[in-house]
Amino acid sequence: MFYREAGQYKTSYAADMAVFPIRQDRIGIAVILAVAFVGIPLFASDFLLTSIMIPFLIFALATIGLNILTGYCGQLSLGTGAFMGVGAYACYKLTSYFPDTNILVWIVASGFFSAAVGVVFGLPSLRIKGFYLAVATLAAQFFLEWAFIRIPWLYNANASGAIEVASRTGFGITLTGPAAGALPRYFAVLAIVVVMTWIASNLLRGRIGRSFMMIRDMDIAAELIGVRPLHTKLLAFAVSSFYCGVAGAMMVFFWLGAAEPSAFSINLSFQILFMVILGGLGSLIGCFMGAAFIWILPVVIRMVPEVLGLSVEAATVEHVNFVIVGALIIAILIVEPHGLARMWQILKQKLRVWPFPY
Amino acid sequence: MTSTRTALAGMAIAAVAFTGLATPAAQAQDGELFIPLLTYRTGPFAGSGIPIADGMRDYLTMLNERDGGIGGVKIRVEECETGYNTQKGVECYESTKSQNPLIYNPYSTGITLQLIPKASVDQIPVLSMAYGLSAAADGKLFPWVFNPPDTYWDGASAAIKYIAQQEGGDLSNLKGKKIGYIFLDAGYGREPIPLLEQFAKDYGFTLTQYPVPADQMQNQSSQWLNVRRDRPDYMIMWGWGAMNPTAVKEAAKIRYPMDKFIGVWWSGGEDDARPAGDGAKGFKTLNFNGVGQDFPAIQDIITHVVDKDLSQVSDTSRVGENLYNRGVMNSFLMAEAIRTAQEMTGKTVIDATDMRAGMENLDITAERLKEAGMEGFMAPLKLSCEDHSGENDVYVQQWDGETWQKVSDWFAPMKDVVRPMLVKAAEEYVASNQPWPERKEPCN
Repeated sequence: MFYREAGQYKTSYAADMAVFPIRQDRIGIAVILAVAFVGIPLFASDFLLTSIMIPFLIFALATIGLNILTGYCGQLSLGTGAFMGVGAYACYKLTSYFPDTNILVWIVASGFFSAAVGVVFGLPSLRIKGFYLAVATLAAQFFLEWAFIRIPWLYNANASGAIEVASRTGFGITLTGPAAGALPRYFAVLAIVVVMTWIASNLLRGRIGRSFMMIRDMDIAAELIGVRPLHTKLLAFAVSSFYCGVAGAMMVFFWLGAAEPSAFSINLSFQILFMVILGGLGSLIGCFMGAAFIWILPVVIRMVPEVLGLSVEAATVEHVNFVIVGALIIAILIVEPHGLARMWQILKQKLRVWPFPY
Repeated sequence: MTSTRTALAGMAIAAVAFTGLATPAAQAQDGELFIPLLTYRTGPFAGSGIPIADGMRDYLTMLNERDGGIGGVKIRVEECETGYNTQKGVECYESTKSQNPLIYNPYSTGITLQLIPKASVDQIPVLSMAYGLSAAADGKLFPWVFNPPDTYWDGASAAIKYIAQQEGGDLSNLKGKKIGYIFLDAGYGREPIPLLEQFAKDYGFTLTQYPVPADQMQNQSSQWLNVRRDRPDYMIMWGWGAMNPTAVKEAAKIRYPMDKFIGVWWSGGEDDARPAGDGAKGFKTLNFNGVGQDFPAIQDIITHVVDKDLSQVSDTSRVGENLYNRGVMNSFLMAEAIRTAQEMTGKTVIDATDMRAGMENLDITAERLKEAGMEGFMAPLKLSCEDHSGENDVYVQQWDGETWQKVSDWFAPMKDVVRPMLVKAAEEYVASNQPWPERKEPCN
């Protein structure tokens, strides 16, 4: 009844090809952006900003990165955590050489380092596929983690072996370090994520994105009609690693504030991969849903006993948390193997015909 | 049907999420001392995390039960589960910092490193008891961070000093010896290396290194194969969690003389030595807290907490184990700092700023230890404006197959060597983290 495009006429091809062809969707996205840019900053507490929204947005960006590679181009990768680490270390080195430059410049620039490393580790994808490729990218994970521990130059030979974020500014505002407020950090993360999501959605709908999907669906057929697998696959690795690198740099600079090499371990790769699978392969909105499910749900569950006034031990809550989230992941994947994005699509379809389903 | 159910489930989750976010977290109540404990009873390090968490919590609960708190004010203890995960650690910090916490105990190097720069901005002290950033011992540059009673460099120098004692007493006796160093390949294990290399040069011994990657903690056969090939005269270990029992087992398997195998204080849990059975007999570690139940304070914990079923320990026999007692010592330091702060300010309900002053002026004398039922439990400890670590005395304990036995007297680490290194490292940290806030807190 409310969600129906009856009466919305398209008078040009451009209108028909729009990202959001339905008016209600356009209103919806405007509301979401308004809430994110105005509503949350006005009403949210520091805890909501620093422990929920900032990590959620950063994970969503990393998930988009992996989704471009795995969901759109069909190349399974387990090196996400390491590529995020490359971004973080690149940003750390850049900002220690040029401390006065706007930190946002280095956050974005660090993506290029990550992209270059991603291309190198993407080379085996020309010969090997599927699970075998996953094992090859696992090599990236182990090698890079080793490099983060073993090359003192990368962490400026700190005695602690970790990278620590100093105070850096952008546009005259302190954005990183302990003195940075939650709001500036949130706005920086939000702006980067919104812009990069917009770029990704355009990239994926155009020639490049289509060539990714052709490679994913049938690489031989794609090759026969003129898509070069070498270029396309490496481009997918580059774009994907770029996104992961930016997300990794933001993770350390805007969220954690310091990171040991173990922050970029295989667990992080799996965390992102679960977000991709649960959100839905080959869907951008799914990236946000997956990240929200994996990151926000446990935080909320942890709060439940306190809200209800029950006194439950922290460790028990944590155990219950594992059980609930684990069970929900299995349940969702049984009900809908294509993830939350597909559920959302089905829900929209139902809404269109409601209240008269046929 | 399926989708209806899913939708319902979705709505339920959303509803819970909404209530969760809309309701503010429990607010601090007046007239209490709030201490959040960042603990880990889950995850790969739970084996070491559980006894520490129990010890910290039980001592504070005992003060509440026996004395009605400190200075008549009850202590509110709240655990937040980190799973040794830095992401969750930061979340725990953010979720509790609005409730006027007095102090944080991160119990993970990764989380400590994240809290150190925040400490001076949020004005909440951090107590990392013999872990974390060694350089933080410099109170001039790190007014809000405390790492008593010793830093890792103190530990490494104490280990070398003890080896020299075994070899006849003088450091020159180390000449021509070979000392192996097996360590967790992370910031924690790598920190003592510069000091050990320096010692190797100064005293003429050879240092061989055996790094154990964090994801290979339970598979150390290749490292110990190298140990067998190199035949070091002594082995020093910097391990934590599952690395410790594995190393002890492997050492026993290659028949390494266990009395020449010395671990840092974090390698000295009962569960680190016990799994290797008789093979572990003779294994030594450094320590700075007493082991066992023969202390009046520990007896009080048993009477007032464990017997009243207020503790989470699985069995009374676990009270008094090494890591449990270390947790007790951690809470004892906090309690003494609160007491000091109360005396200094004349208030009974103190805040985090008072707590910082209390920590800095901590002076635990032998008389005070006796009064608190802790005689012989730890060496007397005095912190100051400059020195936030104390570089206190340690001793060596040895596993007899059943329990830890004290086999050396209390002895001091090599302060003269370590202190300049600490100061230098602190300056380097500050230089690389410019702009670093100047110390504004007066020394008193």
